Amino acid sequence: MTDPTCAFFGITLIPVAWLVIGLLGLVRIRSVPWVGRILFPVSALLGLLLGAMALSGLALPAQTLVLPLGLPSLPFHVRLDGLSRFFLMLIGFTSAGISMFSAGYLRPGEGTPPGLMCLQYHVFLASMAVVVLANDAYLFMVAWESMALSSYFLVTTEHRLPEIRRAGFIYLLIAHIGAISILLCFGVLQGGSWRFTFDAMRAAHLTPLWASLAFVLALFGFGAKAGLVPLHVWLPEAHPAAPSPVSALMSGVMLEVAIYGLLRVTFDFLHAQLWWWGLLALGLGLFTALFGVVFAAAQTDMKRLLAYSSIENIGIIFLGVGLTIIFHAFHMALLAAVALAATLYHCLSHAFSKSLLFLSTGSVLHATRERSLGKLGGLIHRMPWVAWLTLIGTLAIAGLPPLSGFVSEWLLLQAFLFTPSLPHSFINMLLPIGAAALALVSALAAYVMVKFYGVIFLGQPREPTLQDAHDCGRPERIGLLWLALGCVLLGLLPVPILALLNSVSRELLGASLGGRLQHWWLLAPIAPERASYSPVLFMLSTVALVTLVTVAVHLLYHGKVRKTEPWGCGFPVVTARMQDTAEGFGQPIRQIFEPFFRMSRTLPSPFDTAPHYRVQVDDHFWYWLYAPVATVIQGVARMTAVIQRGRISVYLLFSFLTLLALLVFVL
Amino acid sequence: MNTRAFTMQLIAIAFAIIVAPLLIGWVNQCRAWLQNRRGPGILQPYRLIRKLFHKDAVIATNASPLFRLVPYVQFASMGLAAGIIPSLWTGLPFADAADTIALVGLFATARMFLALAAMDIGTAFGSMGARREMLVGFLAEPALLMVFFTASLISHSTSLPTMVNVLAHGPLAIYPSLAFASISFLMVLLAENARIPVDNPSTHLELTMIHEATVLEYSARHLALIEWASALKLFNYVCIGFALFVPWGLAQGLGNLPDLAIAVPALFIKLVAVGFGLALVETINAKMRIFRVPEFLASAFLLAVLGLLVHLLLGH
Repeated sequence: MTDPTCAFFGITLIPVAWLVIGLLGLVRIRSVPWVGRILFPVSALLGLLLGAMALSGLALPAQTLVLPLGLPSLPFHVRLDGLSRFFLMLIGFTSAGISMFSAGYLRPGEGTPPGLMCLQYHVFLASMAVVVLANDAYLFMVAWESMALSSYFLVTTEHRLPEIRRAGFIYLLIAHIGAISILLCFGVLQGGSWRFTFDAMRAAHLTPLWASLAFVLALFGFGAKAGLVPLHVWLPEAHPAAPSPVSALMSGVMLEVAIYGLLRVTFDFLHAQLWWWGLLALGLGLFTALFGVVFAAAQTDMKRLLAYSSIENIGIIFLGVGLTIIFHAFHMALLAAVALAATLYHCLSHAFSKSLLFLSTGSVLHATRERSLGKLGGLIHRMPWVAWLTLIGTLAIAGLPPLSGFVSEWLLLQAFLFTPSLPHSFINMLLPIGAAALALVSALAAYVMVKFYGVIFLGQPREPTLQDAHDCGRPERIGLLWLALGCVLLGLLPVPILALLNSVSRELLGASLGGRLQHWWLLAPIAPERASYSPVLFMLSTVALVTLVTVAVHLLYHGKVRKTEPWGCGFPVVTARMQDTAEGFGQPIRQIFEPFFRMSRTLPSPFDTAPHYRVQVDDHFWYWLYAPVATVIQGVARMTAVIQRGRISVYLLFSFLTLLALLVFVL
Repeated sequence: MNTRAFTMQLIAIAFAIIVAPLLIGWVNQCRAWLQNRRGPGILQPYRLIRKLFHKDAVIATNASPLFRLVPYVQFASMGLAAGIIPSLWTGLPFADAADTIALVGLFATARMFLALAAMDIGTAFGSMGARREMLVGFLAEPALLMVFFTASLISHSTSLPTMVNVLAHGPLAIYPSLAFASISFLMVLLAENARIPVDNPSTHLELTMIHEATVLEYSARHLALIEWASALKLFNYVCIGFALFVPWGLAQGLGNLPDLAIAVPALFIKLVAVGFGLALVETINAKMRIFRVPEFLASAFLLAVLGLLVHLLLGH
């Protein structure tokens, strides 16, 4: 047996090992030490191993395997190629941090017992890995569905609360609408051969009409899982409901797995033939990104805010996919490779930074029992570890140099700058507007992140109970530290990481950045005189200048400091309630982007003795799309109820009439 | 990067750091003249910085380490920006490390840190300032990026020195797109540097403050660094404007002596003119209400996008 085959078996064994860990959780179902101190750290190690194995094999050729499981005519096919290795790496490395954090996060409580949660968590992890590994539609759908179901049970961990059950229901509903669409997409993709292995789908030749249908179905199905507008409504409901590590896993890993599905279908099966697919994905992505970020700015619940921020990032990723399709359809291989690199990089960056932020909200939640931004504040003094590590994630999500989010945004903007060379005047004119919108989105993301970080960690505590907040424990710190390290390394070393992506890019597009990544410290994807960016140099010079200035100031002058009360601007008392609330911080955005929101506000009258101010921000899509659809479905259901009589004789009559009708057909 | 290039790079940064307060002093002096005052003289900013450095810092009891770190980050990032933006010569090796998109990112990072520091103490005006600063920022940043995009479509590069080389030393052409971009850039410059009509740098009324509200809690050396960084930011923006719209006189490459003999006076002439122009704008305009600022900046953004479209329509 050769070495790569060994690694292949190793990789396929890790989901199995995760399942075993999950089952071991049932052995002592209520024991937090057993599950937390032993099983979850082991699972984190397995994640690390999976990531490392996938990473080391990125450049290897594709390997396939047929397992003696599954349907009689359709055994499970497994395939490991560049794209699946990349996403396995993402799953492995991100879940390592999340599992480590979970080890310290578990508490005995109401809801699902820890052992059972351990099982659900590991089924979720394993099914995500299998989705990426699957090489036939059957295994893919089985894994996809177990991913949806296990995450549904994880979301409803606190199932005694009705609003959490409702959130879980919405999630399950949209997950299944998406799954139906994906199933139909596979039905189209087999192209009349009725063979459901992915190899058959690769070989199938579809007419442009059928191919377009398959693409639209895939966009809809995977978009529903990823949170593409208008199928995003489950995200802001499910994320606040789920325990924080689960939110982290769903937002940081599962959304990216949906992106994997889209990439697999679009590039591997359909070869991204038509440019208008790209335009569709790009347009939807842009709208999603803008929608997500604007709504994030208006949120007052920290996890809802992050959920909307995930929608924004998914929008950016779809935008990247769209751009890649456009370039690929016009045979501009190098530019397609730049756009694809940006897309994949954004997936990685989002996985690390968003998991980090969701986990840190978990720590805050544990320390304060408070999810509403309006009741937090000043936690940097009580929880320095969480606060400083979160700062890294915040800067990374906001897309600021020299951290990870900036690299992908930089690449995307570079790709946009080349769109005028496309041989199609209509898109030429349209795409700069896209670049403008992307610039607006990334600037707004910084606003959202200042709000998120500033209101939670800075300022004065808004409630007296926050004085007893405690920092997170050691396993949590390790988990957060690992993810923060990922954000920093992804930010500082884009060239070696992009070089690893070359094989993925060659596989999907037949082109890669290849030799353009010569210097490890200088990112110049097209040509150095055209555009270049060196985060390492950037970081080093910033640090050098900060040190230099600090030393100079303290040497030349003095470092004397006097501590005193903050200046009250002439007011007799300054209280914590005078700070901006989350509503206040979002107010300018609510005003500028008013058409986006459906707002209801109650203002106090000047004579109120107990003034009460309330503002509720809702999503138009609930009222424009979901409510009408729900009404129609209910109406149809009521109409079918006419035939439901509850008497056996009537039902026998129905059977008789059906048989009669069939007989007429046959004869 | 050889030694000479590195030295010249450091000299460029040092030059910007030293000259920057002079520009503020000149603008204030011109403003005083236009308002029939005698004015404190153009060296006043240096005196202010010196005075502030000698004082004892006063810090609120609940300030976190972040609060004390931010002035240094501000100063360093503006100094770094000065190393990317050609003011006298275009041979800046550091410009390879950060192109214009990274430059916009650098400004955004500085702004985000300032806003976080403003929220750190937890006073009413601090968080109000942070909110307004970010409001101005998220509207001005895309506009600035679009201005850069227009220039980079002309020069086929996002590196600022390359843009200058193409615009200044290429065949002389009139770019209608740059005309739109220049108006947009001027509006962004006024907004980002907290000048009238967006913000009043000399206001003492907390309710109308934007930038000043964010630095309300700073004193002594921290305030000195922030004031200096603000001066540097104005200088940087003005130099970006020169580089994109009036690049003539800038020395190419690392600059030999005869070229520099032209570049230095050219820069100072431009600074004198722009300083006077800024003072004029600030004298004849009134400060806008904060609710008008989004409209002002949205028009800047639309103008920049229009410039981009004009470029694509006309093909140059």
